[in-house]
Amino acid sequence: MGSEYEATADQHHADDHGHNGAPSGIKRWLFSTNHKDIGTMYLVFSLLMFFIGGMMIMIVRAELFQPGLQFVDPAFFNQMTTMHALVMVFGAVMPAFVGLANWMIPLMVGAPDMALPRMNNWSFWLLPVGFSFLLGTLFMPGGAPAAGWTMYPPLVMQTGDAFPYMVFAVHILGASSIMGAINIIVTIMNMRAPQMTLLKMPLFVWTWFITAFLLLAAMPVFAGAVTMLLFDQFFGAHFFNAAGGGDPVMFQHIFWFFGHPEVYIMILPAFGIVSEIIPTFARKPLFGYNSMVFATASIAFLSFIVWAHHMFTVGMPLAGELFFMFSTMLIAVPTGIKVCNWIATMWRGSMTFETPMLFSLAFVFLFTIGGFSGLMLAITPVDFQYHDTYFVVAHFHYVLVPGSVFAIMAAVYYWLPKWTGHMVDEKLGKIHFWLSAIFVNITFFPQHFLGLAGMPRRIPDYSTQFADFNMMSSIGAFGFGLSQLLFVYIVYQAVKGGEKADRQVWDNPIGLEWTVPSPAPHHTFETAPEVR
Amino acid sequence: MTGSSGFRLVGKITTLLTLMIIAPTAFADMVFNLRRGITDTSQAVYELHMLILWVCVVIAIFVFGTMIVSIILHRRSRGAEPASFSHSPKAELIWTIIPVIILVWMAIPAAKTLVVMEDFRDSEMTIKITGYQWKWHYAYLGTEVDFFSTLARSSNIARQVNSGIDPFSVENYLLEVDNPLVVPVDTKIRLLVTANDVIHSWWVPSFAIKKDAVPGFINEMWFKANETGTYRGQCAELCGRGHGFMPIVVDVMSKDDYTAWIDARTAGQNVAMVESTSDAGPEILAAAEELSGEELYNISCSACHQANGQGLPPTFPSLVDSALVNGPVAKHIDVVVNGRPGTAMIGFSSLLSDAELAAILSYERNAWGLNSGDTVQPSDIAAAR
Repeated sequence: MGSEYEATADQHHADDHGHNGAPSGIKRWLFSTNHKDIGTMYLVFSLLMFFIGGMMIMIVRAELFQPGLQFVDPAFFNQMTTMHALVMVFGAVMPAFVGLANWMIPLMVGAPDMALPRMNNWSFWLLPVGFSFLLGTLFMPGGAPAAGWTMYPPLVMQTGDAFPYMVFAVHILGASSIMGAINIIVTIMNMRAPQMTLLKMPLFVWTWFITAFLLLAAMPVFAGAVTMLLFDQFFGAHFFNAAGGGDPVMFQHIFWFFGHPEVYIMILPAFGIVSEIIPTFARKPLFGYNSMVFATASIAFLSFIVWAHHMFTVGMPLAGELFFMFSTMLIAVPTGIKVCNWIATMWRGSMTFETPMLFSLAFVFLFTIGGFSGLMLAITPVDFQYHDTYFVVAHFHYVLVPGSVFAIMAAVYYWLPKWTGHMVDEKLGKIHFWLSAIFVNITFFPQHFLGLAGMPRRIPDYSTQFADFNMMSSIGAFGFGLSQLLFVYIVYQAVKGGEKADRQVWDNPIGLEWTVPSPAPHHTFETAPEVR
Repeated sequence: MTGSSGFRLVGKITTLLTLMIIAPTAFADMVFNLRRGITDTSQAVYELHMLILWVCVVIAIFVFGTMIVSIILHRRSRGAEPASFSHSPKAELIWTIIPVIILVWMAIPAAKTLVVMEDFRDSEMTIKITGYQWKWHYAYLGTEVDFFSTLARSSNIARQVNSGIDPFSVENYLLEVDNPLVVPVDTKIRLLVTANDVIHSWWVPSFAIKKDAVPGFINEMWFKANETGTYRGQCAELCGRGHGFMPIVVDVMSKDDYTAWIDARTAGQNVAMVESTSDAGPEILAAAEELSGEELYNISCSACHQANGQGLPPTFPSLVDSALVNGPVAKHIDVVVNGRPGTAMIGFSSLLSDAELAAILSYERNAWGLNSGDTVQPSDIAAAR
């Protein structure tokens, strides 16, 4: 393979696309085993899904703009909320983090590539397959899945022809995630530069290392749960059918045993990103590196023993409710440690506020707000009031949008010069940041009030008392959605050209990725680098 | 959309945008916080909510304050030189221990409230609640009183896609039912909750109780209202197409009024039936008068049997292939008027007028290519009641 690459590179020496020894044409992408190309594909795919999922929620917010049904049938509304969640979780956020892992982990640990490059290719190409199934359900009789991304039976059994496609899509996406996770674990375990001991690894690598184990433990559980649904539907099993001796609530237990680790899968790599960016722009080493690692590990452990806090109203014994309340409250401790560490990193630093730093600071602010509402939700007696209201919607969007998504954007702004060799237009980046930060709050902050006032989630129409905040939230959502077009333009611009970036890009950043040229050559660290 | 609601829309957007920028105090009529409610439990829950909220606010002031100070002072543009410290066991111990103390301090009242909420002893009466797609059924255990509670007609007509009716003109839009649950004040009432088809969740915020209605299982909860009045809630668990349209209304009466009500109900009188149609404005009723059989079908029947009559088998049978719809008229009328016990098919005798039922039946027997030629008359319906 190596000689083939060189030959191709020679042939296309003058060709822009064939730079750095990469093969050109469609084969470069289809058959790629290169961690950088696969990382790019993951990121582009995730951006596409971000907009598809975003368009779905624009329909939802348009319908919720004012009371009364103006645009869509309630059944289609339910399809849109369900598909929005599935697309955003499995299509946008997770692949974006895997893409970042692909690009950055080999560069950060001094490895020439991922440990299992061919499996890497497969785990990416399964994604378009899985999403063809999932998005294809929109055109099937009975429409797309509409029982919520949580797929609770018996409601999910009323799905039309889409049902088996939904299950199969989950299987495919699950297989992709598991292979991605295995690849990341093996790369980190085996491919580090010789002197890079575990406790010298950058925090992004550490958080992904732990996330990969979460994926490995959680995804098969989800695959099992949907398989049981499949058997109930087509093969006469009664896992979740009370009339046949099953229990619908058992599905919820299995689902959330996957689901809670899943939400941490979507936030732990974000912690890692922010822990890379804040030290760079505060010009000061990360505060409490060891405690960051241990806090991440304890959050990961706790994620497996708190699942039933998603289902306090389902009718549990008192002892169960107490256990899950206490264990959930415990999560506040390691999370608090992390937030305090980030602030201590800023403290007495010499901060500048380039776009990646702005997104990271907004992350710390707004993720913490999501953390506070999470703490409130942990208190079981009060959760009975919050549960399944817009308060929950506000909570998880605060940790997912200005949390995970802002961290992903921070990462893109931070490493884009390394990927493309061009600096990002700072002015446009800052405009994008401020538009996003303002609109995200107009969208989600009023939803706290809606939930407290008593508006249930997942309803297509609402009582007139909820009209004002819904309109505000819709305006925010439209603004946020439109602002993201600017992001596409900024990325496009940096790919096409712009001010040349040097190796370091920023002011003395720490990490092996800043020792290779910008753009990073197609093959890096063919011999292991020195680690101090 | 009517002209007046168009004006209202433009006005509202302008007001909202202005308010968002200049005057947060002008949001006087908006609800920002949880309600206190009218039970001891809901008061306790409210206190807990405020406690945890203030704890969060205090921590936020401290954390965000530190961050803001750092952002202002420790910036390079002010000539700040970076320090080089990277850990401090003392500081890290402090921000581990303090949260633990706060959490333990929070957990104690929370656990106490929870224990009270889960104590079902000494209840004075029991009501069984069953969730259906998309209505509630209430049975007063130990009596013969039981009935369905569905979305009020005024809301049901106004909520159709592009109904042309402004929701602001409908009183208690989407929060009104035909038959509210009636309970006595100052009485510990135990609720048994279950469901017939999919999972629903019975929630009345003023009582601070919410519990899932799971088919095949029975959950318990209780409340004791301290004040009379009408309290409203909604289904809180996604249950399909009509999830947003199965509200809950509870009338808390004085004990005497309640006794009179339950006696009258037992004797078969509908004294406390809310005539929701009479609550609807004349404009809405006039709109309803003119609805065709097809439109009435789409409002009352299509949620389950679908607009194309194909239903969602096996839960909701197809009407097109139905032996009932293709069979004798009398049997068809009987099922629609009186329902099919043990299924989701309720009797519509109390929900729709003779003329409306006749229109729906005529439509069903001639739609979707059935073309039976049958015309059902209002008098046929009256005879079947």
